[in-house]
Order: sequence, then C-alpha cells, then structure tokens
Amino acid sequence: MTPSTLAQKLVARAAGRAQVTPGEIVNCRIDLAMFHDSSGPRRLQPMLAELGARIWDKRKVVLVIDHYVPEADDEARRIVRIARDWAAEQALPYVYDSLGICHVVVPQHGHLKPGMFVVGGDSHSPTGGAFGAYMFGIGATEMLGAVVSGEIWLKVPQTIFMRWTGRLADGVSAKDMMLAMLGRFGMNGGQYQAVEYCGEAVAALSMAERMTLANMSAELGAQVGLIAPDQTTRHWLEHIGVDVEELGLVRWHSDEGAPGMRHVFDASSLAPQVALPHSPAHVRPVDGIDPTPIDVAYIGACTGAKLDDLRAAARVLAGYHIAPGVQLLVAPASVRDREMAANEGILRLLLDAGATLLPSACGACAGYGSAIPERSTVISSTARNFRGRMGSDTAQVYLGSPYTVAASALRGRISDAREILA
Amino acid sequence: MRVWRLPADVDTDQLAPGHAMKYGIDVIARHCLEAVQPAFAREVQRGDVIVAGANFGIGSSREQAASVLVHLGVAAVIAPSHSGLYFRNAFNVGLLLLSCAKARCIGDGEALSFDARGGQITRADGSVLTTEPIPGFLLDMVDAGGLLPQLKKRLESR
Repeated sequence: MTPSTLAQKLVARAAGRAQVTPGEIVNCRIDLAMFHDSSGPRRLQPMLAELGARIWDKRKVVLVIDHYVPEADDEARRIVRIARDWAAEQALPYVYDSLGICHVVVPQHGHLKPGMFVVGGDSHSPTGGAFGAYMFGIGATEMLGAVVSGEIWLKVPQTIFMRWTGRLADGVSAKDMMLAMLGRFGMNGGQYQAVEYCGEAVAALSMAERMTLANMSAELGAQVGLIAPDQTTRHWLEHIGVDVEELGLVRWHSDEGAPGMRHVFDASSLAPQVALPHSPAHVRPVDGIDPTPIDVAYIGACTGAKLDDLRAAARVLAGYHIAPGVQLLVAPASVRDREMAANEGILRLLLDAGATLLPSACGACAGYGSAIPERSTVISSTARNFRGRMGSDTAQVYLGSPYTVAASALRGRISDAREILA
Repeated sequence: MRVWRLPADVDTDQLAPGHAMKYGIDVIARHCLEAVQPAFAREVQRGDVIVAGANFGIGSSREQAASVLVHLGVAAVIAPSHSGLYFRNAFNVGLLLLSCAKARCIGDGEALSFDARGGQITRADGSVLTTEPIPGFLLDMVDAGGLLPQLKKRLESR
C-alpha cells in the first residue's frame, strides 16, 4: 500500500475502504454526532417532523446545552425549552445541560477516542482532532441528513503538515502557535483540507493545549485539525475511564512519506502573539503593537478557558490585583474545569486578583449575555474577533493567550506575560 | 437582476449577525450584511447575484448565513474562494456558490447570466468567465431546493 496520512486513514476506516485518495468523494459512516441548543433541537425537530424521520442511532448522538444558558431573555428560554423537551421526548441517552461548552464537555465525558469519525453542529468541532478523531463542523440541515442516515459524504482532503520544532518558552502557549499560523496563512489558508500538527513542540503539549490548537483549525479554514494520538492522549483518556488499546495508538499516525504540504516552525523563538481587531488573522507579536489600554479582559470559551488556561492566568495573577478600571471576566469552559480549578486553589487566586466569575457556557464569546460594553477595548482568550461577534459592534476586540489576557488585566494595557513571569 | 459587489473575507457573523440569531430567518434577513452593505437587505431583488472577494463565508457553522441569502432571493454567490464549511451549508440549504478565479473583474450593478452545469458566467459585454466544476449531486441538491426537500422526495418515493 502507498503511504497514507492520518486523515486518509481515518476517512478510509469510516468509508469502509482499505485506502482512499485525496480528492475522491466517499461516503462515511458516522461514529458520533454532537449538536447544541442553537444548532440542534430547535432546527432538527421541525425538519425531522416534516420528514417523518427518526434518529438513526440515539446512542451515537450527544446533545450539549451550552449556547443560550443561562437564559438571558424569553427567546433564549424558548430555545432552551425546545432542547430540553425534545431531549426528554426522544429519550436521548447523552444530554449535558448547563455543564459547559460542547467541545470540552464531550471529550471530558469520554465520548471521543482515537480513530473515530465524528460530526459536530458547530464550527469549532475540529477540537476533536486533538484526540486523533476525524471531527468536523456541519450546519443544521446537513446534521439532519447525518442523524437520519448515519452517513455523510466527504471529499478526501489533502494534508497540510504544521511541524513545530523546539520548545515553547515559559508564558508562550498553543494559542500563540495558532495565532502565528493564522498570521502567516490567513483565515482560509487551510483550504478546507486536513491540517496535522506535529513535531516535538506539539508532542510536548498537554491535551488541553492540543485542544486549543485543534479548535482553531476552524479559523485556519481547515476541515479538521489532527494530532496523532500518543501516550499523553492515552493517559488523559485513561484518567477519565476510556480504554485505549496500544494497537489503536500505533495505527493512527501518518506514514513516512505520506503525501502533503509541509511547513516548519520554530517554537523556541516564538513570542506571544496578539490578533488585532477585527480578524483572528490580523496578528502581531505582543511586543510589536502600539500601547493599548484595555477595559475588559475575557478568559472564556472552548478555546481559552480550560483548566490549563485558568492555570496560566493564575500563574500571572497570583498575589497581584488587576489594574483599576479593568474588568477581568472568567467563564471556565466547563463545570468540571471550574471545579478542578477550585480544588487546585486557582479559582481563589483569580478571584482574589479581582476576577468576576461567569457561568460555564458560550457566553460573551458568541455575543450572549451583554458582558461586553459598547466602545470598550477587549482582550480575549477566545477564537474569533469579528466585528460585533462578542455582542457589541463598537467594541475593539484583541485576541491573545490566557497568559497575555491575564498580564493585560494586571497592567491595564496589552502586555507580555513573560515580563511578569520572569 | 444586478450584481452586488462585496469585499473579501465576508464572514458568517456579517451575513447572520449573532444578535439576530435567536430569531427566525425573516428577522435575520433584515440584518443581513448590515455592517458591510447597509442597503443590501432592503434593496436586494429576487435573482440578484453576489460577487465577492476571496474567502466568502468564513467563520461559524450557522447555516442561517446561507439560508438568509436564499430567503432574500439571491440566485448565486460568485467568489474566487469560499469557506469549506459555508460551501457545504450553502448547497444543503439550496444556495448556489460558484468559484471563479476572475470574479474580481465583475463590477457592482453589472448584469450577467450563468450556467452552473456548463461552468460559465456570461457578462453583459458578452465575455465569458469559467467557473470551477461542481459535483453533479450538489447541483441536483440546489435544483431540488436543498437537502431537506430532496430527502423528503426520496422518503416519499419509497
């Protein structure tokens, strides 16, 4: 057999084929379909009723209620009620209600495993690639087709290998790696192909950090963002009670000589990166931007508020208090992340530093809950800073790592965490 | 029909703003592209065509960003490139996307015609631009009005 990429192997398995070739169109069997209150029930229920069709296999469906909770108004209450009522009526076995954001909750509850083929009703679904699963986002109508048939068509992608050599400096993280790639390739640089992150700097990342990389493959315009599973993956999964066979780990990697485009980056020389308004691809190193006073520092979302992100912020802020006039908002990605942060004493450190704790939900990242004031300048650990995205058309939103967001809250202007950690 | 010219990197949050997402498609339609081209939602006519710069539809998986254009009567979106996720959503909700490397030369307000299966755009002056081929099953889906009507027909004929 000719050498294959990890993406090709994952697609071939789902298509029931020995091998697939980039560019060919194949039909894949779905191992898991994930959707949330915004993209899921409120759209699926009427369409399923119109078709008189049913979900192909309820054990392969996960519903996460994370977008419109806590309910801010009557419309939100209506949307969430539809989700809850439909889940009860369908007797869905896997429903996670107000427990956090889908991309974090789903793996935390053991639904993802190397080798799986998964669709998600949300653009940040490539997060699952951190576990060696072929997971990508689709819209509500396509989700309808997926849950009725259990299958989906796919054009087998090319692979773009992003190899990171060396080691990240203290205070520099996966978010900075991703912003650097976005600055170089732009928001459609992934061309809806598969991106595979590899090299010693990627291998050294924790699972949470790998999830940040895979998550923002959406911003790169890739269909999936994959990381070959290894012992780090295995330990993380075993810790939450998911068995991973050694054989599985050996199988899910790109062969020597597999086809693809290859880019190489040096992690050791990487400085913290910041995306300027209003595009995640509008990137500069933190020391290359003009002095920028901020009003709000936001640590939230599936991208930037997992336990490791909270730890990073706490390392910067421990023993200090944020600058006067600055609001530091912290919305842990999941209730489990929040609880673990509380157990480690990190939450206390953040609150003592002046942080305001927000619910574990999509919240301000997607413009819910009016947390972001008009005409404010914001630095955020989230994935997207499109104009108006966070709920205010007049806000200027910068993106950075949790280190950078915390350092900026501390100094009242966009700052380099390395100066504080040194 | 007329052409509406839009810049590069038109994102899903411009097409279907987050603040309107909790409402139905009729409300979202009133806010479509309000930050980029405020006259669009008010003045667009059935059969009009959008010609945009590269990377049309980047961002979210919200398919309302595509169905809002169907709702407003847009016949096609022509751009040098589209977001891959948006591309799938568009055909699923019955919106035709045409990829054309030379879309840039088409002007705002221009009249043109296109043949999706033939892969051709004919401009007012008679000149012809070629578009990238689209798999037949996707064109069938758009002709059927999207995946939902197509599935319905398929289930009824069983």
